[in-house]
Amino acid sequence: MSTTYNPTDPYAGSRETTEGRVYTVTGGDWDQTLGADAIGEERLVVNMGPQHPSTHGVLRLVLDLEGETVTKARVVIGYLHTGIEKNTEYRNWTQGTTFVTRMDYLSPLYNEAGYCLAVEKLLGIEAPQRAQTIRVLVMELNRIASHLVALATFGMEMGALTGMTNGFRERELVLDLLEEITGLRMNHAYIRPGGLAQDLPPGAVEHIREFLQVMPARVADFHKLLTGQPIWQARLKDAGYLDVTGCVALGITGPVLRAAGLPWDLRKVEPYLGYETYDFEVPTADTCDAWGRYLVRMAEVNESMKIIEQALDRLEPGPVMVEDKKIAWPAQLSLGPDGMGNSLKHVEHIMGQSMEALIHHFKLVTEGFRVPAGQVYVPIESPRGELGYHVVSDGGTRPWRVHVRDPSFVNLQATAAMSEGGMIADVIAAIASLDPVMGGCDR
Amino acid sequence: MTGPGDRSGEDPAQGATAPSGGFRKGAFGVSGSGDTSGFGGLVRVEPGGAVALHSTDRPYGGWFDEVTDALIEAVGPATYDAAVQRVLVDRGEITYFVAREHLLTVVQALRDDEALRFELCSSVSGVDYEGSGGPAATPGRPRLHVVHHLTSMTYRRRIRLEVAVTAEDPHVPSVTGIYPTADWHERETWDMFGIVFDGHPSLTRILMPDDWDGHPQRKDYPLGGVPVEYHDATIPPPDTRRSYR
Repeated sequence: MSTTYNPTDPYAGSRETTEGRVYTVTGGDWDQTLGADAIGEERLVVNMGPQHPSTHGVLRLVLDLEGETVTKARVVIGYLHTGIEKNTEYRNWTQGTTFVTRMDYLSPLYNEAGYCLAVEKLLGIEAPQRAQTIRVLVMELNRIASHLVALATFGMEMGALTGMTNGFRERELVLDLLEEITGLRMNHAYIRPGGLAQDLPPGAVEHIREFLQVMPARVADFHKLLTGQPIWQARLKDAGYLDVTGCVALGITGPVLRAAGLPWDLRKVEPYLGYETYDFEVPTADTCDAWGRYLVRMAEVNESMKIIEQALDRLEPGPVMVEDKKIAWPAQLSLGPDGMGNSLKHVEHIMGQSMEALIHHFKLVTEGFRVPAGQVYVPIESPRGELGYHVVSDGGTRPWRVHVRDPSFVNLQATAAMSEGGMIADVIAAIASLDPVMGGCDR
Repeated sequence: MTGPGDRSGEDPAQGATAPSGGFRKGAFGVSGSGDTSGFGGLVRVEPGGAVALHSTDRPYGGWFDEVTDALIEAVGPATYDAAVQRVLVDRGEITYFVAREHLLTVVQALRDDEALRFELCSSVSGVDYEGSGGPAATPGRPRLHVVHHLTSMTYRRRIRLEVAVTAEDPHVPSVTGIYPTADWHERETWDMFGIVFDGHPSLTRILMPDDWDGHPQRKDYPLGGVPVEYHDATIPPPDTRRSYR
């Protein structure tokens, strides 16, 4: 196997393999690399990724091309596999939140909520009302942030770079709010089995209301920037076609399924956390293509704002963690001088006043709580579709098995159905319209 | 994988705290560590142990009976009796424990029958019960379970199918012919648990590298890791730390 280098581009070149000659092209050098070599056949296999700006993270595509037409699209995943499911089996139930929040990093609060709802179902408990309302509140904020990234990367991959900068700018507004509420921009570990890590800080409600004042104008700007634009429409319309039958057979859920015309939203059809009491619509489209998915996501941002407003209105004072001291982590922590979370009041309480509180603290911190044996499957509607948690307990202090049905993992299976027979440029539109997050896909 | 956190190598002859028949005694479950906390009288039930070894009696309640009756009608009582070994209703969810020879018949009926219509296969995953004190406590009892979660979008119902196989003969028929979405799910379950789905179009690894040895989510596969020093103390890797069971 010998490698020949192109004198003008040290990275481009070609080498002989058992499969034939393999070329590395780096863009703009097609003629130099292949010009001298007349290729006998039209069929060309192009490897795209895993490091590629248009593949949404470390997704790898192997495309068979006839000219510009894709005859076969194969998807290779696993580049971001971090063994989170296995790791949770070696940590206690509360620590599991810290792991699962890192899977789908654009919708961390959905991972936490799904996991905690599953653990609570195993325990047979329900979080207090205020905790449930705040969960809905932060989840819908998170949905807006996630959809904004979806739209931003969509814009970037279609060449509308202003769409990207605008999307990330608007998302920053949401991340500021989430940072104020949870302490972190991402990977919050805010939702815990039994409730929340802490209550809303003072001023958070006002800041969310200010955000709700600002955001509609920003969404309108997005419409002005992209929706009416002829190039944007031409790139998206009829790209990545997949109808309802195809979606259901391939297990596709979320905005992709709704853009095919089926109003399947778990918040409506299998409500959890009191979603049945909120007034909101399920946006749909009937175009079955990337254009419809774009419109559905835009409309969902508006619906999320409606839900946030209602959640703010119904916030009433109350506990944010279950009463059971054998499950609830005991402290409302504040940041100490050593950078660690601490609570002087709580330390005084356990060290000087209550032996029982000390025992509970000790038991929870060293071994955690026990969860009765059994298994549950809890699905919730994440920004990308059905996020399901299959959690098995053997009655111990750690999960026996946590399996995550991540929507990115399942939805990416549609890549071949959406892009085979189409143009290579539409592959990018199809994948961007699926909005996969590889952290969730590979777990 | 050795140390106090390891449960798979537990000697059944160790005494009261060892798992037997799906029950575990003691609050902590630690054996041989001298833990005498006074909770030794506590008896806990293991999954796949007593919980999963019994079958819920009819009526199951709610729409569970409707689905079960429709399934019996769709596949015929004789096939149903042979196919469904046990039915478990727990926490508002119904689980059918299906014999692998009849899995495809049952799944086909669940998808196609007018009264069942489970159009969507939400998830296929594996669970390894090795060392749980449950199914694996008795030699030869199947430790690897394949769990299918099916959703009926028409009736808004969810059911769970569970197929149990041994590690020596880990073959389960693939449902990709009925639910194309099961393709990647089954590849992941093969990758992580080494369960072979017969009839799958290309059962290859999906998350781990192609040349990886072993199946990482089996319970006898070590987690790995190195001891970490912090403030002059050494913290062992997670799977060798002392654990409270």
